[in-house]
Amino acid sequence: MEAVFFYLFAAATLLCGFLVIANPVSRNPVTSAMFLVLTIVSLAGLFVLLHAFFLAAVQILVYAGAVMVLFLFVIMLLDLQAEERRSFKKLALAGGGLAVVVIALLARAAVRESPLGTAAPPMVEGSPRALGKLLFTEYLLPFEILSVLLLVAMVGVILLSRKEAK
Amino acid sequence: MAWFNQLDPTSQFVLLSAAKVVPVAMILLGLVAYTVLAERKICAAMQDRIGPNRAGPFGIWQPISDAVKAFFKEDFTPDHVRKVYFWLAPAIVMIPALLTIAVIPFGSQLGQQKMVIADLNVGVLYTFGIVSLGVYGIVLAGYAANSKYPFMGGIRASAQMISYEIAMGMSVIPVFLMVGDLNLSRVVGSQAGTVAWLPVLPNWTVFQSPMLTLSFAIFLVAAFAETNRLPFDLPEAEQELAGGYNIEYSSIKFALFFMGEYANMIAASAMMVTLFFGGWTLPLFGLDAPATTLFGGLLHIGIFVAKVLVMLVIFIWVRWMWPRFRYDQLMDLGWKRMLPVALANIVVTAAWLWLRA
Repeated sequence: MEAVFFYLFAAATLLCGFLVIANPVSRNPVTSAMFLVLTIVSLAGLFVLLHAFFLAAVQILVYAGAVMVLFLFVIMLLDLQAEERRSFKKLALAGGGLAVVVIALLARAAVRESPLGTAAPPMVEGSPRALGKLLFTEYLLPFEILSVLLLVAMVGVILLSRKEAK
Repeated sequence: MAWFNQLDPTSQFVLLSAAKVVPVAMILLGLVAYTVLAERKICAAMQDRIGPNRAGPFGIWQPISDAVKAFFKEDFTPDHVRKVYFWLAPAIVMIPALLTIAVIPFGSQLGQQKMVIADLNVGVLYTFGIVSLGVYGIVLAGYAANSKYPFMGGIRASAQMISYEIAMGMSVIPVFLMVGDLNLSRVVGSQAGTVAWLPVLPNWTVFQSPMLTLSFAIFLVAAFAETNRLPFDLPEAEQELAGGYNIEYSSIKFALFFMGEYANMIAASAMMVTLFFGGWTLPLFGLDAPATTLFGGLLHIGIFVAKVLVMLVIFIWVRWMWPRFRYDQLMDLGWKRMLPVALANIVVTAAWLWLRA
């Protein structure tokens, strides 16, 4: 039962991810964004299969519900008709290929570090309490650094979008 | 029930879940239809009119005739629309509203079964996640129509719903700080009995402390904004946008947007009842403990539905009493007033809990 769902969600994630960047039918940026939403939702399904309900819920809440809505908002406000007609550039293709190779190498290294089947079996239900404890004790420094990073980004955006005082 | 006990646990779980999902969905859709009728009747009373009274006594068959009309009207697809999104958008509006109900405990127990479809540990996060997907329906409807006014409605909806989602999410954090759990069944369980400072009032979250009352006030305003109801119905402001995101829709597709709004109202009401008004509990005749008899279980479901109906009447009442906000006022209220107040509320609640500990 779980294996069926795993293959279902994994296939959906990969297929939708592919359609985000190389949709053969439509080059419409809104369509790409919607497929990215589907990718995120399928990923959340994979998290559920790992019993990480908290991560799954936050994945949908933050990425599908907030970040992607803002993406869509921006895509709709900017007129991206030109984007639909643009063809691939050679340099961009080469850059993309390089990125894929680097990510594949990284993934291989990560898989080698933690061989299959040695991780602890998933808990009955991932508890938010345990996650919160870890975040505020063991991973406090990275957590705080991330929040400062977000603050910097926010201040930067406000500075950029502020109209010059005359 | 011998055949049932022979099944493996997975099949039992699937069958029991289906046995809960089907009646809940039917009752929800029935409630949607009759909330529309209630809205028309109440607004008529407020404006000194009679309201729908032709179909059956007091117009009680009106929702059925409305549905038949919606199905048989011409389903017109204008030439200039983006077809795929035009067909998808009404469904995307309806689905999240139905999914939200899954984690809400609508009763205590019937026999051995807990009356909640999915008793998740992260129940409230699930709700917010699903609610945040609701905006896609409206945004895509605006985009699919491929004309100016619907598009503006869609853009307004996305900005409005993101803004108020943040205030809404922040407003419930004090509740969970107090309860110490994200599971909605346990939130309801913590509201049994009478409140400590005045033993006449029930121990509902909204009465427990001033911080939580403030939480409820913010949540209520945000719920109006999230469901696109007056005074925040800017995505479909008739006077400015000629109807907003749903202009190009007709027949049952339009009806789906309409039903989606009401289903969202019911989901928001159920959420408010669960978080702030004790869910299925009532501090009378020992009704705040899980039921042991079949009658008690049904009574708890009745109490929950009655509380939801009261919240729905408040939704309707506000709609017909208030003018619409201007767009800049809407954004000011969300970002400059409610968000800082909600953040301060979290800090104050946390500090109070820390002092008390």
